[in-house]
Amino acid sequence: MLDKTLSASAVAAALQDGMTIGIGGWGPRRKPMALIRAILRSPVKELTVVAYGGPDVGMLCAAGKVKKLIYGFVSLDAIPVEPWFRRARESGSIEARELDEGLLQWGLRAAGMRVPFLPTRVGLATDVMTVNPEFRTVRSPYDDGELLLAMPALKLDAALLHVDRADRLGNVQTLGPDPYFDEQFARAATRCYVSCEELCERLDLEHGDAARLNTVERSYVSGVVAARFGAHPTSNPPAYGWDMEHLKAYCALATEAGGWERYAADFVQPGDEEYLARVGGAARLSRLAPPVF
Amino acid sequence: MANDVTLAELLVVAASEAWRGNGEVLASGIGVVPRLGASLAKLTHSPELMMTDAEAFLVEEPVPLGPRGGYRTKTSGYMSFARVFDCVWGGRRHVMIGPIQIDRFGQTNLSGIGDLHKPKVQMLGMRGLPGNSISHMNSMFVPNHSPRVFVRGEVDIVGGVGYNPARWPSGANDAHVDLRLIVTDLCVLDFTGKDHAIRVRSLHPGVTLTQVQAATGFALESEGTPATTATPTPEQLEIIRRLDPHDLRAGVIKGNPRLGETRDAKPA
Repeated sequence: MLDKTLSASAVAAALQDGMTIGIGGWGPRRKPMALIRAILRSPVKELTVVAYGGPDVGMLCAAGKVKKLIYGFVSLDAIPVEPWFRRARESGSIEARELDEGLLQWGLRAAGMRVPFLPTRVGLATDVMTVNPEFRTVRSPYDDGELLLAMPALKLDAALLHVDRADRLGNVQTLGPDPYFDEQFARAATRCYVSCEELCERLDLEHGDAARLNTVERSYVSGVVAARFGAHPTSNPPAYGWDMEHLKAYCALATEAGGWERYAADFVQPGDEEYLARVGGAARLSRLAPPVF
Repeated sequence: MANDVTLAELLVVAASEAWRGNGEVLASGIGVVPRLGASLAKLTHSPELMMTDAEAFLVEEPVPLGPRGGYRTKTSGYMSFARVFDCVWGGRRHVMIGPIQIDRFGQTNLSGIGDLHKPKVQMLGMRGLPGNSISHMNSMFVPNHSPRVFVRGEVDIVGGVGYNPARWPSGANDAHVDLRLIVTDLCVLDFTGKDHAIRVRSLHPGVTLTQVQAATGFALESEGTPATTATPTPEQLEIIRRLDPHDLRAGVIKGNPRLGETRDAKPA
């Protein structure tokens, strides 16, 4: 029988300098943060990161792991602009490819379908065309002759996702209200690594009733990492909400000298077990209520 | 009664007008006033509108803002982010957002201030502006009407498209660009001037055309003396207060002025 389980550090070790990685979730929601922390502990560098960004992107920027960033936004919702991302942008330390949110998933879909581009109107007549000088237009071959943006495929070397349940075979389930674009990240990637709250032997035997909540089929899942609270400090409803107290403290460090080094020493370097203890333990995290808007 | 009404409440009523007669579209109000405006529209003049619970589900009864106490959300359909994009590209939506800059063409910026390659101030990013603006109805909310928002030239980074011929490559389809209202703390603007020029639709009570023009970086069109923006009715106020039990609207305009109150005239 297949067994795709591995450790977070093994995922980080599988990445190489200069790779393009896509990160699932949305802003401060259901980000594979345990995998991100493993990457932050690893020597990998010069990554191209594709994401609907939250603290995942902010931390990778802060740690100098990002060469190029492809994004529609980088936000923590209640904190509208991720401050570490803001610093990276304002200092010009990353190559930024800002996109419309819908355009980003369109590029992922093109990659998943293995076509060079998908046509769309979105992006025309805006600075999407200026920020992405490599973008080309295409003319409809039909009678309308319409000029469209040829959104290039966003091919990923690796995708990183966080889900609620997974089994050793790579079957996965997301229980939250919105799967975001995790499926498209998985399909666009050569390899997809998934961290999970609960690792099961067999989802068909244990949670077959929830198969409708399957994020993507297992042929797209290369590796499974058990990581309870692996999305913290982002939210993973219904299990837990985001940890705004932690996020605020993390953001406040962005304006302090040596702020990132301190955050990394306190919360990244110690590893998963110590991390959980330092952020208040399982009991506290279970009580983080999903936000209400 | 009128003495109890705040400017923010008047803005909610003005914002709700954006969604009048739109048909069965998704009404998305981003931020306190736009969301209350969309909710008010659905509960009064345009019940056919669709709205979400601000997460991933459609509701027939607009949900109140913030912690809901005993309120139980009743869901009627599904609207994940993936469906939002499908809905956007299909044109069945009207969104009202608060850009950081707007120019005379209606082009909008939410990305940042300065050079797009190395901005002086990085803001949120393009978010959904390029797709929204080229696909369906769009309106805007500006709580601080000033030349910093209504800029003299073009916006620093164009996220949302507008009626600027120089930006449109030959053969591109602008048929779905449909900019509607701009609701500010001084007035309501629309795009019904010559070649979609921005026009003063109504002035809020006590505001003059001169004052609005002075707070705008480009020339506004107007016909005679513009109308006065409608004051909320008791029925509208009751709905607004029920939808916003935590009074989040009190934080939208500095000092939460009441109608008729003189506000500090601060340079922008």
